[in-house]
Amino acid sequence: MSTVNPKFEFLCRMGDNALVLGHRVSEWCGVAPVLEEDIALANVALDLIGQTQLWLGLAGEAEGAGRDADKLAFHRDVWDFRNVLLVEQPNGDFGQTMMRQFLFDAWHLAQLTALIDSSDEGIAAIAEKSAKEVTYHLERSSDTVIGLGDGTEESHRRMQAALDLLWPYVGEMFLGDDVDAAMVEVGTAPDPASLRASYDQLVGDTLAAATLTKPEDDFAHRGGKSGARHSEHLGHMLTQMQWLQRAYPDASW
Amino acid sequence: MVRPTPSTRPAPAPVPGVVRDRSPRGPVRGGEKPKLETVWAWLSAIPDPEIPAISLTDLGIIRDVQWQDQTLVVTITPTYSGCPATSIINLDIEMALRDHGIENLSLQRQLSPPWTTDWMTDTGRAKLEAYGIAPPRPAGGPQHCPHCKSQAVERISQFGSTPCKAQWRCQDCLEPFDYFKCI
Repeated sequence: MSTVNPKFEFLCRMGDNALVLGHRVSEWCGVAPVLEEDIALANVALDLIGQTQLWLGLAGEAEGAGRDADKLAFHRDVWDFRNVLLVEQPNGDFGQTMMRQFLFDAWHLAQLTALIDSSDEGIAAIAEKSAKEVTYHLERSSDTVIGLGDGTEESHRRMQAALDLLWPYVGEMFLGDDVDAAMVEVGTAPDPASLRASYDQLVGDTLAAATLTKPEDDFAHRGGKSGARHSEHLGHMLTQMQWLQRAYPDASW
Repeated sequence: MVRPTPSTRPAPAPVPGVVRDRSPRGPVRGGEKPKLETVWAWLSAIPDPEIPAISLTDLGIIRDVQWQDQTLVVTITPTYSGCPATSIINLDIEMALRDHGIENLSLQRQLSPPWTTDWMTDTGRAKLEAYGIAPPRPAGGPQHCPHCKSQAVERISQFGSTPCKAQWRCQDCLEPFDYFKCI
């Protein structure tokens, strides 16, 4: 741990989750099934990118190497990203996008709510702000999961397939490591495992209302938040997201 | 609108916390420091860039105005963290105050406590309604259609044309309308 700055790592995890999911969701802009959903997806993406600026801005300060949020977002390579594997998974169909959103939102709101009590003032302030926005995200994603799960035969089939596909990416959000331990020790962030029980309760209730069956196997893919092994999808996403800043460094609007 | 060339481009949005002191003279052209009430009055004349019917003070995002020695410090809280209007708001404040002769200006961003629609003024709420946007209510939905005042309204989506609005529809006049949602 001697070369690792745990606060910087932790802030990159928060920022990268928001950045990668925000970019993924923005891929729907202009092509969502109906106008209202298109607007909602774009708004959720906008909130997440806004939160990214706050988290990565603070990460840059914690690092103290002169990198700002843009530098961190656009000039790091895939192995330097610290988002969980769930958020980098491709959009799939609309149902799969909304299932991914729900599984993330339920964790995200619990994490932000816990961070409001962080001993770190800067982190608490961002969490307090973001939690208000994410409350709306979770309301919408859980409503949509219920509506489509308990919908037509076709929508139910697609939502169950999305859940089966994405469930193995849920566990990583609750796996702690040295960075988490260091954050817990100074009262900066909660132990990830401590959020699991209420998550399972909320997700269980929502899936039941959606007439969907949670997979029995709790196998969890890992390697995203540590950066050890991202899925192949993140690199492809970054080529889209970063190409302009890589081709024309420091180009501004 | 003519796109400004790089050489004539206006100054970029001020970075919070950075004092842009370019003047060896006093805080304002002419010398006297304006009273804080005067500064508040200037700020209350700046329209919100996305909903120009209401001003920045109606919106409740100006948290504080203070003189710190010779520098005017204006503290602003963002509405939504990704709201694209935020940088425009900072630019508008800077331009307005410079027009009023303020030389030494610092714009600070304050995240906590986070902005809430509870801080919107009653005047602001009335202006929104007159503009056709139903003002925020603790009940979580509009009191009535801002056009025909019918109470038969239904929600279309919790997300709308800007981060701060939801889409509703009147079941009597059938007009869709924006509702400024609570946060």
